[in-house]
Amino acid sequence: MSAAKHPRVALFVTCLVDMFRPSVGFAAVKLLEEAGCVVDVPAGQTCCGQPAFNSGDRATARAIATRILDTFEAYDYVVAPSGSCGGMLKSHVPELFADDPMQAARANAFAAKTFELVSFLTDVRGMREVNASLAATATYHDSCSGLRELGIKRQPRALLKSVTGLSLTEMGDSEVCCGFGGTFCVKYSDISNKIVGKKAEDIAATGADLLLAGDMGCLMNMAGKLQREGYGERIKVRHVAEVLAGMTDGPPIGEADHGAEN
Amino acid sequence: MFLTTETFKENAVEALGNEQLQRAMHNVEAGFIGKRKAAADRLPEFDQLRANARDIKNHTLAHLDLYLEAYEANLTAAGGLLHFARNSEEARSVVLDICKRVNARTVTKGKSMISEEINLNEALSAAGVDPIETDLGEYIIQLRGEHPSHIIAPAVHVLKEQVEADFRRVHTHLAPERNLDEPESLLGEARAVLRDKFLKSDIGVTGANFLIAETGTSIIVTNEGNGDLTQTLPRIHIVIASIEKLVPTLDDVSQILRVLARSATGQDFSVYTTLSTGPRRPGDPDGPEEYHVILLDNGRSSMLGSEFQDMLRCIRCGACMNHCPVYHAVGGHAYGSVYPGPMGAVLTPSLFGVDKAGHLPNASTFCGRCESVCPMMIPLPKMMRHWREREFERNLSPATFRAGLSVWAFFATRPWLYHLATRIGMLVLGFAGKARGRFSWLPLAGGWTKYRDLPAPAGATFQAAWAKRPRT
Ligand code: SF4
Repeated sequence: MSAAKHPRVALFVTCLVDMFRPSVGFAAVKLLEEAGCVVDVPAGQTCCGQPAFNSGDRATARAIATRILDTFEAYDYVVAPSGSCGGMLKSHVPELFADDPMQAARANAFAAKTFELVSFLTDVRGMREVNASLAATATYHDSCSGLRELGIKRQPRALLKSVTGLSLTEMGDSEVCCGFGGTFCVKYSDISNKIVGKKAEDIAATGADLLLAGDMGCLMNMAGKLQREGYGERIKVRHVAEVLAGMTDGPPIGEADHGAEN
Repeated sequence: MFLTTETFKENAVEALGNEQLQRAMHNVEAGFIGKRKAAADRLPEFDQLRANARDIKNHTLAHLDLYLEAYEANLTAAGGLLHFARNSEEARSVVLDICKRVNARTVTKGKSMISEEINLNEALSAAGVDPIETDLGEYIIQLRGEHPSHIIAPAVHVLKEQVEADFRRVHTHLAPERNLDEPESLLGEARAVLRDKFLKSDIGVTGANFLIAETGTSIIVTNEGNGDLTQTLPRIHIVIASIEKLVPTLDDVSQILRVLARSATGQDFSVYTTLSTGPRRPGDPDGPEEYHVILLDNGRSSMLGSEFQDMLRCIRCGACMNHCPVYHAVGGHAYGSVYPGPMGAVLTPSLFGVDKAGHLPNASTFCGRCESVCPMMIPLPKMMRHWREREFERNLSPATFRAGLSVWAFFATRPWLYHLATRIGMLVLGFAGKARGRFSWLPLAGGWTKYRDLPAPAGATFQAAWAKRPRT
């Protein structure tokens, strides 16, 4: 098996997918396998270190990043179903080791082989379409780090176009932050609420019945707000990977698993 | 100094509940963003110009000492007088000394953020000198006894109806039944009132957008032309500017000007770009008899060579705040200092200390939209993060937050413990949230659940489920 045809890919699960939404992890594995990759999930991973990095705790961020470099050394690629964690791994991990000549080269090599899931599928693996169907009118929110640090905008839309039965309608200000911002949303909850409140209105105004994005943090924030504001019945929320993988049997984000109760 | 950075959170809550302010802030989003984008899109080389502008300023900052010397030499040769001011107090006393020497009664002022930074108006009033703001926005907030809430649109937080009420309250010499429905009539009235004051003014004070080392010239860009009258009519012209306004040559300035107005208001060029070099020369039709430049440091030289040096490239276009979701939500006053928005979140801690202004670099989602529109390509989120690092090093972040972070760090660096803990935690949470699939309330999650529901986890973590997956 040639490495180029069947690269060994490590899934960087991300802590929110691991804890809150395992289905996204399984969807990512399925998509990666469809793209010809041999997927592994290294058990030594925890989190990308962003909570420490963005709180000014560089020492902890470096300690976590050092583990990450070790854990993922052996793989051809590292792929995360998140633009935010992807941005941390690709842009900021090298920044953490910029003054450390021993680690800088390793960090740069790691960054070069690390990608966000959807952009990896399209830009690296050349995926043009998926084999999935879902009858829904969806609107897509561009999460900030994915959009501005990794240039993810057209890739998810291109793949979503190939989902049978799905139509895409754009919301106003899809590039404006949803107000999540990691610890920001609880440290400055009043401001965060104002921002996500506007986002919920923009989403509702499209008339879509499905909200998609590529980041669990933003998705949980927007789903929670839509549900609190009474839009929960009409608008369901999912990670884009679930739709692309055709794995939409489970409950949407923040909904009970009615199937399981029967 | 009206510093209320420490009560940023309270300021924000107040701003969020202020219905008039919220309406005004909506106008910021509607007014600036589309225009900047259209202007940038019209110019294919816009991003190349941004890169050039960045490089010009980087070069200047790397050799700032040389350019300051050259500027001083050329300014002096043109008959101007340079005053260095290490801090606000020194800058104020230079102005007050000049006022005293010539027995000045009134000072007309063009828009200047440095004048706000050094609190010049209060100092002048206390010395019995009447400061008169001539920029329409500045004039409005002076009437209202407020401070600017935006660096290029100081009265952006004020609605038109409020301006009308203020004019009727203050301009009592005018007919009460006059029509002030249109923005133009408000502008016309302000012009008429100010014209008189221009003629009576003893000293004109302006800021500077740029200082040119090659020629000793200062440049202001305005849309109202008030800056011209401010600096040509009175006997004395005082320019107050901070040290990072320096640029080597007129050619360099011309390049930066191409991105300034486009980023600020979406104009290709501002209406007035006014250059002044020294006092009136023999044969000049107009101009002041004395020309002073006050160069303010106020903590900036300590940013040179530090991780905050990039901030000194800022040309005060305001694009970062125009595109900032936090600024849109709370407006400029909530930041509690002269400089609001993302640029203020980086600059204010440099000027007044991170112990006082720590909230500002923390109150950001790091969405990065500011950096993406900044004409000088200043990595604003990165520098806010540097402030958070300084805070963390100095133990300034809240104790409960640090404690939480260190517990999390303990687990995050120990994968097996981490997986065990998340596995148990998610089982409990998943079970508790199973019926509804989400929580409206959860202990310790009040910051989240006050405003939104919290999606419940599935129960099993991905790692747990992956370990148990059926193998083929
Ligand atoms: S930081 Fe950049 S965008 Fe903000 S005011 Fe300065 S130059 Fe303009």
